[in-house]
Amino acid sequence: MRIGVITFPGSLDDVDAARAVRLAGGEPVALWHADDDLSGVDAVVLPGGFSYGDYLRAGAIAARAPLMRSVVDRAHAGLPVLGICNGFQVLCEAGLLPGALTRNSHLHFRNRDQGLAVERADTAWTTSFTQGQQIVVPVKNGEGRYVAADADLDRLEGEGRVVVRYVGGNPNGSSRDIAGVTSADGRVVGLMPHPEHAVEDLTGPSEDGLGFFTSVLTAVVAA
Amino acid sequence: MTADVTTERVDDGPADHAARVMPQLDTVSHAAVSPDDEQPYAELGLRADEYARIREILGRRPTTAELAMYSVMWSEHCSYKSSKVHLRRFADLPESDALLVGMGENAGVVDVGEGWAVTFKVESHNHPSYVEPYQGAATGVGGIVRDILTMGARPVAVMDSLRFGRADAPDTARVLPGVVAGVGGYGNCLGLPNIGGELLFDDCYAGNPLVNALCVGVLRHEDLQLAKAEGTGNKVVLFGARTGGDGIGGVSVLASETFDAEGPAKRPAVQVGDPFTEKLLIEACLEIFAAGLVTGIQDLGGAGISCATSELAAAGSGGMAIDLDAVPLRDSTLTPAEILMSESQERMCAIVEPGKVADFLAVCRKWDVLATVIGEVTDGDRLTIDWHGERIVDVPPRTVALEGPRYERPMARPADLDALQADAPPSSSADLRADWLAVVSSPDGADKTWVTEQYDRYVRGNTVLAQPEDAGVVRIDESSNLGIALSLDGNARYARLDPYTGAQLNLAEAYRNVAVSGARPLAVTNCLNFGSPEEPEVMWQFAEAVRGLADGCRELGLPVTGGNVSLYNQTGDVAINPTPVIGVLGVHADVRRRVPTGWRADGETVLLLGETRPEFGGSAWAAVVHAHLGGLPPRLDLAAERALGELLVGLAADGGVSSAHDLADGGLAQALTESSLRYGVGARLTVDGDPTAALFGESVARVVVTTSDPAAVRAAAEAAGVPVTELGTTGGDALVLDGLLELPLAELREAWTATLPALFGSPEVAVGTVPAGTVPTS
Amino acid sequence: MHHRPADQCGVGPSRRAGTLVGVSQVVVDVVLKPEISDPQGQAVLGALGRLGHTGVRSVRQGKHFVLEVDGDPDEAELREIAETLLANPVIEDVELHLPTD
Repeated sequence: MRIGVITFPGSLDDVDAARAVRLAGGEPVALWHADDDLSGVDAVVLPGGFSYGDYLRAGAIAARAPLMRSVVDRAHAGLPVLGICNGFQVLCEAGLLPGALTRNSHLHFRNRDQGLAVERADTAWTTSFTQGQQIVVPVKNGEGRYVAADADLDRLEGEGRVVVRYVGGNPNGSSRDIAGVTSADGRVVGLMPHPEHAVEDLTGPSEDGLGFFTSVLTAVVAA
Repeated sequence: MTADVTTERVDDGPADHAARVMPQLDTVSHAAVSPDDEQPYAELGLRADEYARIREILGRRPTTAELAMYSVMWSEHCSYKSSKVHLRRFADLPESDALLVGMGENAGVVDVGEGWAVTFKVESHNHPSYVEPYQGAATGVGGIVRDILTMGARPVAVMDSLRFGRADAPDTARVLPGVVAGVGGYGNCLGLPNIGGELLFDDCYAGNPLVNALCVGVLRHEDLQLAKAEGTGNKVVLFGARTGGDGIGGVSVLASETFDAEGPAKRPAVQVGDPFTEKLLIEACLEIFAAGLVTGIQDLGGAGISCATSELAAAGSGGMAIDLDAVPLRDSTLTPAEILMSESQERMCAIVEPGKVADFLAVCRKWDVLATVIGEVTDGDRLTIDWHGERIVDVPPRTVALEGPRYERPMARPADLDALQADAPPSSSADLRADWLAVVSSPDGADKTWVTEQYDRYVRGNTVLAQPEDAGVVRIDESSNLGIALSLDGNARYARLDPYTGAQLNLAEAYRNVAVSGARPLAVTNCLNFGSPEEPEVMWQFAEAVRGLADGCRELGLPVTGGNVSLYNQTGDVAINPTPVIGVLGVHADVRRRVPTGWRADGETVLLLGETRPEFGGSAWAAVVHAHLGGLPPRLDLAAERALGELLVGLAADGGVSSAHDLADGGLAQALTESSLRYGVGARLTVDGDPTAALFGESVARVVVTTSDPAAVRAAAEAAGVPVTELGTTGGDALVLDGLLELPLAELREAWTATLPALFGSPEVAVGTVPAGTVPTS
Repeated sequence: MHHRPADQCGVGPSRRAGTLVGVSQVVVDVVLKPEISDPQGQAVLGALGRLGHTGVRSVRQGKHFVLEVDGDPDEAELREIAETLLANPVIEDVELHLPTD
C-alpha cells in the first residue's frame, strides 16, 4: 500500500510520518508540495511542522498549495487523508474538516506525553483501536486549541465526529477536550497529537501511535 | 572627515519628506590621499595602537569600510584577543585519533565509527539576550545551528544552558520567559529536538544572563565541508536572507560592553531571526552538499560579510574580489560599511566552481532561498570590495581574520579568595527533612518541566533520552543503532571558589553524565563565560579555568574540539562568577543499551557507587539553607571518574543496571528525589555515617544505580576498584530512610514541581494535568 | 516570492500612499469573531492591569494588513482576498478599508 507524505516548505515530521508508515507495513511515498499530482497513492498524510513558518495562520499557505487541490478532489472521492498537527491545520484551512486551530490558551508551546481516548474506532485511520481505548501519544504544539462556534461543536458531537479526545488533562485548551475530528464519511481525519512519535519504545512514550497507520492499510484494502 | 555632501530628494511627494544626505564615498584611492582625515576608530571599539597597526598594514589610512571590517573582526568576540594566548593550551593537548577537525574551524568534528562523524559546539549569546530576550536567545540558536550546518552536517539536536539572576527578581521575570520562548520558538520551528541543558539562578547573573546554546550534527566522513576559498575564478555566492540593519556593531560594541546600572548604554539594532528561512537554508544546503556543488562554505555570524569573506579568503589561497552592490538588501538605505557589519541572520557564503553555479542556484530556487553571486576567488593575496564601481576595500585578508591583536592581559589572584576559601561552610544539618525539601524545591533544584515542555523533544524521531535525564541521547543510525550522548554542565560556585579545580569538576560532571547513560565519552566543547578581561582578577580566573580544563582533558584523554569565549559579562564592578560550561560528547555503540535515570520497578536493589566525604564547599545545601558560598569545592578525582565511567559503560552493555543517576548539585537527596519521582517509585533505604554528608555532600565520582542482580554489579565494581554501598530496595510510595526521615512521594512531588510554575506562571487548562514522566494507566 | 534587485541609488523605502501615481493603499483588519476566546488579548489586558491601567475593560488582538495595489482598487477582488486568504472565515471577521479619495 502506497501512502503519500506531503512535504511543504517548513514541514518537519514528514520523515517521521514516513517511518511510521514503513513500520506499519506500508510503502511511504514522498510527495512535494509543488508536484502536479498524487502519484497514484492509496492514502495521504499531511505531516506536522511549521509549513511556511506558520505565517499568516498555521497551515493557511500550505492549504492553498497546488497539490492540495488534488488532495481535496480525491478526498471528496474517498481517498483517506490524515492530517497531523500542522496537517490538521491545513485540512481545516482547506475546508476538508470543520473548525479551526488557534493559539494555545496558555500561550506557550507545549510538548507532553498525552493521554487520549479513541472515540471512533471505525474511521479509515482508527480501525486498529477499540472503541474507548485509551492510549498515550505525544502532543507538541503552540497553536493546537481546537475551536468552532458552539452550534457547530454541538453538531460535531451529535454526529459523532470527534475521533480522539484528551484525557488526564487538556494540553492546549481545545474546546470540549477535542484532540481530533473526522469528516462525515470517516475517511479524512485531523489529529493534533503525533502518532508518528509513538511507534517505537526506544524513542517514544509507547507504540500506541502505530495503530493509526496500520488502520489505513486495511482501509485501503477494503476500499 | 571633510566631504562634499550631495542632497537627494527621495521622491516628488509632499514637502515634509526629509531630504537624504549622501556623503561622498570613501574609496581606497581617496584614503590614500587624505591621510589626516579623522576616523571614529574609538567609537568602533578599536584602541589607538590597533588603529595605528591597521595604517601600518595598509600603508595608508583605512577607508570607512575597511575600518568597519577591522573593527568588527578585531573585536573581542571575533578575534579572541584576550583569550587566544590561554586557549593555546587546548591545541597543545595530545592528538586524538577520533578528531577529524579540531579547533579553528566553525565546529569540531569527531569520528564516531561506522563511517559516521559528529560535529558539535556550544556558543554564547549572552548580551543580546539581556537586551531582547526572545530574539537574543532565538538568534543564538540560529547561529550555532548554522555553524554545524556549514561543516556539511545535518543538525540533529540542540541543548541550552541558561543562567539568570535570582528567580524571584523582577528582571528575571522579564528575561527568563522570553529566553525560553526564543530557544523553543527557533529550535522547534527548525525541527531540532531539544535534548537537555541547564537552568540555574544566581544573583551574579542579574544584569548578565547567560544563554549558551549547543547544536550537534551528523555527517558521513566524506561529506565534510571546510571554510576555505580556493581555485581562481571560483564564484563567491551569498545565499539565504536579505541583508538589513540587524545587529550592526553587535560584536564590536554590544559583546564588549559591560552594562552600567541602568542597562546598556548603546542599543544597536538587535538581530531578529526567522527560523523558517533557516529551515529552508538547511534543506537547500544539504541538497547542495549531496550534489557536490561547493568547494568551501562559511556561515555568516558575528561580523557578517566582513567575517565570511575575510575568513574564507584567509583560509584559502588568499585572493577574493567582491562586488558589494550585488548583495541583496532588505534596506536600501544601508551604507557599504553598514552592509559589511550587518549581522542579519540566516545567511551563508559558498565557493562554487563556475560550471556548478547554475545547479547551485537551481537548488536554491527549489527551496525559495535567495542566492546571489557576489564575487570570485582571485590570484594574489588581497581581498578587494567594490561599490558603485569604486574600490572601497583592499586588504590582506589574513590580517583581518587571523592576525588580529593578541593581548597578554594582566592577571591577579582575587584579593578575597584566601578569605573566601578559609570561610568553611556549615557541616551539620539541624533538620534533615526540612533541608531536603528546601534543596529540591529551590529554583536550581526544582523540576524544570515548565521550561522543557516548551521544547519539542520528539521531532526527527531519534531522541532516545532527553531532559530530565542526565544526558541527551540521539540515535544516528537506525539499522546499526549507533548513537551519541551529550551533557552540558557548568557549576559556577565551584569555579568561584577555585577556578582551576572548578573547571575540572565541570568536565568531570559532564563526563560522568555521559557515562551514566552508558556512552563512552569521546570529546569536549566548552563555553567560557567570564567578566571583563580588563579586570586582572577576572583574567586570572579565566586563565586558571582554561589551565584546569586543559589539564583535566589531558588526564581523561579527551580532545577539545572547539568552543566559545564570552567575556565582559559584568555590570559595573561586579563580574559574574566564573562560569566555564563544559560539554562532553560520548558514543553509544548500541543506543538500545542506554540506561535511564528513573526507577521503574519495585523490589530492585539500590546501590551507591563511589565514596562519600563531608564536602560542602560551594554545595547547593550550603547555598540554599545557609546562603553560604565559601571553603573549597569538592576534591577532584579524575582517576576515580575514569574507573567509574568504564564501569558504567560496561554495566550498560551487559544490561546489569536498570537505572543510573549521577550525584552532583544537591548530592544524594537531589538524586534520590529525581529517580523516585520520575515514575513514582519509592524506596526503603538505610544511609550510614554522618547523615548531613551522606545526603547533602557533593563528593565527586558517585552514581546511584538500581539493579535486579546486585551481586553482579558488586563484582564488576570491585573489579573496577569502585567502592559500593548498598542503600536499600525500591518500592512503595515514599522515600524512607530508616532512622532519619520519611518523605511520601506525593509531598515530595508537590515541593519539587511547584516552584517554577509559581514563579513564572502556568495557567493549567484543565483539572488533573498529567505530570511529566508518569504513564497514565489505561 | 519575488526578488527585486537592490535599489542602487539610495531611494528610501518610506513612501506614503498617494505619493506615487497609479498606486493605492488598502488596509485590511482581521479580528477574531466575538465568540472565539482570545487568550492573547486577555494576556495583554492582564498586563495593563498590572501596569496600573485599570480603566481598560477589554483587549482583542488582531492583524493589520497594508496592501499597495496598482491603479484603482478593485473592491470585489480585494474583498475576496481579504475574506478567503487574509482571514479565516471560520473564526475571523474582516474589515476592509479602501482609500477614500
